[in-house]
This record gives sequence, structure tokens and C-alpha cells, in this order.
Amino acid sequence: MSLGNLASLPYFLPEFAVTATILLLIVVHVAGRNRRSPAAALLAMVGTGSALFFAWMTPAGAGTGLFEGMVVLDGFAVFFKVLTALATLIVVFMSIDCYELTDKSQAEYYIFLLSVLLGMFLLSSASDIVMLYLALELVSIPSYLLAGYLKGKDLSNEASTKYVVYGATASGVMIYGFSLLYGMTGSTQISVIGNALASGTSALPALLAAVMVTVGFGYKIAAVPFHMWSPDVYEGAPIPVTAFLSVGPKAAGFAILVRFFYTVFASPEGAEGMWKLSSSVDWPFLFAVLSAVTMTVGNLVAINQSNVKRLLAYSSIAHAGYMMMGFVLLTSVGLKAILFYLIVYLFMNLGAFYVVVLVANGSRSEEISDFSGLGTRAPLAAVSLAVFLFALTGIPPFSGFIGKVYLFAEVINRGVYWLALVAALNSVVSLYYYARIVKVMFLEEPVHTGELTVAFVPRVMLAILVVPTLLFGVYWEPVIRIAESSVRLLTN
Amino acid sequence: MDFINSHILSLMTFLPLAGAAVILMLPGGRDELVKTVAAVASFLPVPLAVQLWFTYDRSVAGVNVASQFQFVEHTRWIPSINVEYFLGADGISMPMIILTAIISFLAVIGSWNIEKQIKGYMALLLLLETGMMGVFCALDFFLFYVFWEVMLLPMYFLIGIWGGPRREYAAIKFFLYTLLGSVLMLLVMLALYFNTTDPETGGHTFNMLHYMQQSTHNEWLRGFDIRILMFLGLFIGFAIKVPLFPFHTWLPDAHVEAPTAISVILAGILLKMGTYGLMRISFPMFPDVTKWFVIPMAVLGAINIVYGALCAMAQSDLKKLVAYSSVSHMGFCLLGMAALTPAGMVGAAFQMFSHGMITAMLFFLVGVVYDRAHHRDIDGFGGLGAVVPVYTFYITVAFFASLGLPGFSGFVAEAMVFIGSFDVFRTIVMISASGIIIVAAFHLWALQRVFLGPLNPKYAQLEEINAREMFCLSPLALMTLLLGVYPMPVLNLMNASLVRLVDVVNMVI
Repeated sequence: MSLGNLASLPYFLPEFAVTATILLLIVVHVAGRNRRSPAAALLAMVGTGSALFFAWMTPAGAGTGLFEGMVVLDGFAVFFKVLTALATLIVVFMSIDCYELTDKSQAEYYIFLLSVLLGMFLLSSASDIVMLYLALELVSIPSYLLAGYLKGKDLSNEASTKYVVYGATASGVMIYGFSLLYGMTGSTQISVIGNALASGTSALPALLAAVMVTVGFGYKIAAVPFHMWSPDVYEGAPIPVTAFLSVGPKAAGFAILVRFFYTVFASPEGAEGMWKLSSSVDWPFLFAVLSAVTMTVGNLVAINQSNVKRLLAYSSIAHAGYMMMGFVLLTSVGLKAILFYLIVYLFMNLGAFYVVVLVANGSRSEEISDFSGLGTRAPLAAVSLAVFLFALTGIPPFSGFIGKVYLFAEVINRGVYWLALVAALNSVVSLYYYARIVKVMFLEEPVHTGELTVAFVPRVMLAILVVPTLLFGVYWEPVIRIAESSVRLLTN
Repeated sequence: MDFINSHILSLMTFLPLAGAAVILMLPGGRDELVKTVAAVASFLPVPLAVQLWFTYDRSVAGVNVASQFQFVEHTRWIPSINVEYFLGADGISMPMIILTAIISFLAVIGSWNIEKQIKGYMALLLLLETGMMGVFCALDFFLFYVFWEVMLLPMYFLIGIWGGPRREYAAIKFFLYTLLGSVLMLLVMLALYFNTTDPETGGHTFNMLHYMQQSTHNEWLRGFDIRILMFLGLFIGFAIKVPLFPFHTWLPDAHVEAPTAISVILAGILLKMGTYGLMRISFPMFPDVTKWFVIPMAVLGAINIVYGALCAMAQSDLKKLVAYSSVSHMGFCLLGMAALTPAGMVGAAFQMFSHGMITAMLFFLVGVVYDRAHHRDIDGFGGLGAVVPVYTFYITVAFFASLGLPGFSGFVAEAMVFIGSFDVFRTIVMISASGIIIVAAFHLWALQRVFLGPLNPKYAQLEEINAREMFCLSPLALMTLLLGVYPMPVLNLMNASLVRLVDVVNMVI
């Protein structure tokens, strides 16, 4: 069932909210003489907030097609809209304080940021490969601009260039895969493609298409070996942008990866944990290897980093690897684990970056040594960062541990024990580099003298990020229920 | 009163945490107030432990029978995956709960002279107590695991911030080692979860007592190869904590670098978690593999005894000597447990309790001399006996207790271990017995070098042990002595449970 264009409009409120805000921001940008006026930030906040509100209020029916089937409105899409809008909202708050952005045009920055948000909304609900491609580009192109936003900084320019080159290649490969799928099945609707593939087609082109599409999505979630762009981009981009890229587009990438593969390649109901293409290639094994390599490379390279931003970039690669564990067997339980992990990851990862922004505002750089003695200079920020880092490690009683338990549980339940073991050992490795930051914060004397004052708004924001990280580690029943119902609405 | 009686274990577990929260909310600069709150919060579990002591029914066994656990609290926590908040005590956990209450309180008193960031220190120490107490009370595996891991964080900071010169290295080494052990345990826990069914609900469960009923295991979990792997996963996790050779290398670093009171807790309670885990989890869940694995366990125990003692003998640092003596003494626990006889098992459990007190004394005493002389080099002293007679008296008592002199609780424990295991593996026991001589040798040799002989003039003005330090040491010394002469109160406490445990393990095959 899919609605016509006019009938679809009432269900498109979150997207309208974002679009209207973007248009208003353009007006502000053109009209605004005073570049440092808070109007832009305020507008972005209100716009993102209302988009979040509308997304949250959207009635999550079971898979209503909108706009003649270009996008679909289901619980899964709503989940990702709320998640990405929330991430964007937090990043907007983060951007207000960031020293890197204060002397730049604020309105322009928020225009790009909200364009990415619009792209992520569409990406998480796209049900047609043409729409999917457009949404992916709508996420990517403003991201290139955001990465290169610090025009005077070499690293930022390098980041943007690298991002464009890698992004263009990946999306080229992906669209080639799409064209193969279209050629085989004669449709751009992913559900139709899925049914056509299920009724049996030649295996080789389907395999080729699957591999090429995987390249595109793998690039978006920064899975090894398609991750090469991410450390440089993450290091060069302004810190809030790095935080944003490591959570928002990554989550949206997972959304489309899951939706696309689940619809196109997962077996019909009844045979959970099987892939349609399992006859030709051992897909679960392939993705298990991809997951294991991603987390291992991410963690091992992170050990040697001295720049916190770059360290967190590699750590976010590792986390993509963990999340892929839930994807290996394409079961609803595994997908539930991914969604749950994305929720807790949002809070702990953005939280860690938030503290990096606060510290970098004082020291104008984000080397590990800049964090030394933070425990005495700014106890609240230091303790918060410690909580976020230990949550990222996966130590109870923090939420990251629960997220990992669900992911481990899925692979153990399906008998992929070696992957669980690799992931568990990776957690130990990750402790080493996360604890390095904790060590300099609490165990070493400050390099920079004087207290680092944290203003009221950042304090509140830190609290907003810390509380869920603690709370979901102790009581997470409601959260897992949300994840569960979102997945159920996808699989039905 | 009703509330206290029905939630006594929860109160013992979470009162220290509440104390930590209060401390964090106190204004800065009120150091005395912080210490007082910490002392109160850590003292409160002691009267509750006394209450446990008097109301515990010593005739029922517990171990794998849910209805025989006492002071039980059982509610649902996360219904969707059947995680339960399930606390209870039996003869295996009772001595450990009591020990934790006592040692933690004494550790807070022993930390009175800490000056650096006292607020953070006390809060972390109380958080640590919550973790330890929780481990000994939990009967749900998930809950057990959470408490087990919660301890790591405060321990890392306590060693890392307040420790000695190489504290950073020691702290991260401890953290990485124990985390490695715990993640293996986590994997085994999840595998157990998916391959057992709750006999009441038919769903999966984290209830430890259900895991002990072999009928809840599915076909896959009955395969012996799988069971060996699961057992080994748990065993490595626990062995790192004990620590068993060859996983012991974190211990000397952590013990030596940690501040005095933290060394006391490390050696007095934390190490016992490893052997407690074996008794509570590994043995009753995998009795068949346990039987298959007794010889390696006994050999590892013997290696610990002899190797630990030899290492201790080679040390010139008094604290390191005490640390290695712990390695040696924990070997007795393993040897006694591996024998799978009632005497051996009771000996092992009694050794856990007794060593907890003795080693706590030793670390306190080392701390006393370090506070005054600012070094711990055994050869750097000499003739202290004439200068500080009271201190010398205490350390002589502690050393004699530690080397297993009859009349002290250590002797009773070690004798029971040997009696229980001699018939089972004679050669190993005879080799282990040689460890006793080495243990005696290094204790007496150290005693001689530090306290006898000509006086080192540098320390002619050494300050005598003060009242606060004696307050920490006296109860421990007294208990060691009393239990050495008349061990029955503690033996009665755990006897029924340990006999059941031996039966549970022996019934199969």
C-alpha cells in the first residue's frame, strides 16, 4: 500500500520542519550583517527541535508507502529519524561553544548541518533505490562541505578533498550495483527487487550487485576496508562536525544497510538467520569477517594515536565493527541489538566529543596532553569524560556494557563463537587506549594551569548526556522495548 | 526492623554506596567530615554482619538448592531477558560477607592519614565495598558479573591516583588483566544463558542455581568438549583474580604500588573472589569437568605454594614479600578445593577467611613502618625490636600467624587442607608441604633482619605504633588467635554448605 503525493504530505512533517528551517537560515545568512549573531543557532535549534518533535509524534504504522512508494513510513524509519534529529540537536548545542566555529559564518554552517539531517531522514525511510541514492548524496555532499569548513586550516582542506574523492568512488560503485539490480528485476522498488531475487535469478550478477552495494554502505558506516577516509576527515573537521559524522550519518548508514539487505537479501519469514544468496557465498561468514576486521583494525590503530579526535575516530570505526555483529545473521534479534547500541552509542560518543570541545576551547588543540590534570582543573567535565570512555569500553554499570551484551548475545546465540571471542578481546584492547585519556586526566599533573570553567549550558548538556549513559546501564527495559518494536515494524 | 531484616543483604551492599553519594555532595575542604561519613557508612554493615551471624541457620546447606538460601531477596530486574535481582547467603558466602564488612571498615580507619583528595578516595573506597559485597551476595549471574566489574573502576583509580611511584603502570596492568578474565566470563555467561532453560518458566535464565541443575542444560551444553571450554573460560577469569600461576604477575605490582588500605582490601578480600567464584560457580555448574580437572588444579595450587614462597624469599621489599606470601597462601585454597573431600574444601574456605585477616594485618603493619621510614627495604632496617617493642610484638604475631604456627588460624586451615588432600594426591601434597618450610624461612629471616641484630642508628628515634593503627590491628590479631585455638564457630558456619558442595561435585560420573 502506498499513498499518492498529496495524501503523503501530512506524514512528512519532520522533513518539512527541516526544509523550512533551512530556507529561513538562508534568509538569515543573506540578510545577516552581524555574523556572530545567535539568531542562526537559535533557529537551527528550534528547527531541529520541532523536527524531533514531529518525528517522535509520527504515528508509526506498519509500513505505509509515501509518495508513490519512494519512501516508507514505518517504526524503523521513525526510530532513525528521532535518533538522527536528537544527534543533530546535541551537535547544534555543541557547535555554539566551539572555538573553531565562532568566527565563521554561523548560518551557513547550520544550513549544511540541517541539509545532512534532511538527507538522513530520507535515507532512513527510502524504499526505492533512486530515492536511496539521492538521499545518500544529500547526506554526503553537505558533509564534504562541513569537513572542509575551516578554510584556513590545511588539515580541514585535506579532510574535505579526501572525503570527496572516496565518497564519489564509493557512490559510483554503489550506483553501478543498483543498475545491475534494476537490470535483473526491472524495478527500482526494493521490496519488488527482493521478491524478484527470491524467485530465483542468475546468481552471479546478484552477487556482484550485493558486493558493490556493500561497498557504498560500508563507506558510509566506515567499515574496514572502506574506512580509509574517516581518520583524516575526523581529524581535520571541526570537532562538532566530527562528533556529528561519527554518530548521525553512521546511524543513517546502518539504517539503510539494514533496511536494504533485510528487504532484498534476507530470506522470507520462517527461516531467520538465513540469507537468500547463501547458495553462492557464505554471507554471514563474510560479514562476520568484515565485522571482526573492522573492530580489530579500529582498536589496534587507535592505540597509537596522540590526538584525541583521531583516537575517537578510530574508536568509532571499532564501534561500527561491534554493531555489525548484530547484522551478521540478519535476524530481528540482531537488528534489535544494533538499534539499542545506536541509542547508547549516541549518548556516550557525543558526550565524549562534547568534553573534547570544552577542553579544546581552552587549549585550542586536542592532544592527549591537553587533557592532563583535567580531574583537578574541571572535575565535572573530567568525570563525565571518564564515564563516557568507560561506557565506550563496555564496562558495567554503564550503558555501553549493556549494548555490548546484546550484540555478543546475538552472535553467541547463533553459534558464531569466534566472533564473540574476537569482540571480547577487542574490548580489552580498547580499554588500553581509553584508559590512557583517563590516566592523563586523573593521574597526571596539569600542563595548562588554571581552572577550566564550564559554563552553565555545557554543564546541563553534560548532565543530559551522562544521565542516560548511567541510567541505561542499570535499567534499560524501556529502551530495549523501543528498539524491539522498531524492528518488529520493519520485519512485518 | 522488618525492613532491615528482609533487606539485610541489600542494605549491607548499598549502604556504602549511599555513603559515597553523601560524600560527593559534601562541600570541599571538610576533610574530617568526609572521613566521619565514610567511617559511619562502612561501619553500618558491621552490626548487620553481626545480625547475620546470630540469625543464620547453620543446619541448611544452600549451594544449589534455592529454598535453602537465607536472607533471600528476589525480584525481577529486566524482565525481557529475565535478569533478576537475586541475593542470598549460604555457608560459602557467609564468611566472605562478614570478612568484607570487617576489613572494609578497618580499611577506612586505616586510611585516616590520607591527605590527597580525601573526598574522592573515600567515595571510591565505599564504591569498592559495594562491589565486593555484591559479588558475595549475588545469585543471579548477570548481577554477579555487574558487581564483579564494578569493582574494577574504583580499584583502578585507587591504585592509580593514591599509589606509589609506579602506580600508573600497576593500575592499568591490574585493570587489563582482570578485564581480560572478565570478558571470558561474560562469554561463558551468555553461552550458558542461551543453552539452559528455566524449569519454571521455560525461558532462558541467568539464575545461577538453575545452571547447577544439569537437567536445565540443553543437548549442546551436555557435550563434554563444550563443557571443558566453558569451564576453562570461567577458570581463567577466576584464576587471574586468585591469582594462580601463571596469571599472577599483576599482583606484586598492584599490591606494592597500592596505598596501604587498598593493599589490605586487595589481599584481604579481592583475591578471595577468585576462589569464591570457583566454589560458587565453576564447581557446582560443571561438576564433571571439575573432576576431570582436579589434577591440573592441584598442580597449580602446589606451584603457587612453592613458587610464591620462593619468590617471597627473594624479595628485598617488605611489601613485595607480603604480596608473594599471598600467592603462596592462596595456593593452599586451590589445593584443598581440588581434593574434593569435605576436609579439603572446609580447609580451603577457612584458609580464605583466615588469610583475609592475616594478610590484612601484614599489609597494615608494612604500611605503619613505611609511613615512618618512607621505605620498605628489608636490609635497610635492623634492630628495630628495641626501639618499637609494641610494633614488633604485633608484627611477630602476624608473621607467626602467616607462617602457620599452631595456635593461629592459618595453621588450622593449612592442616585441614593437607589432611583433606593427602589421600587424594600424595606426591603433590608432599611437594606442597615443602612450601611450608620456605614460608617459615622467609618470614623468620625477614623478622631477623628487620627487628633483631644491631640497631640501625638511623631509626633510633622511630615512632611507636599509634592508637589508631592498633585499633585496626587488634581485632584481626585477636580473631586470628581465637580461631586458631577454637575454629569451630567459623567452621560450623560453612560446614553444611561445603559438605553439600563436595557431594554435588562427586555425585556425577
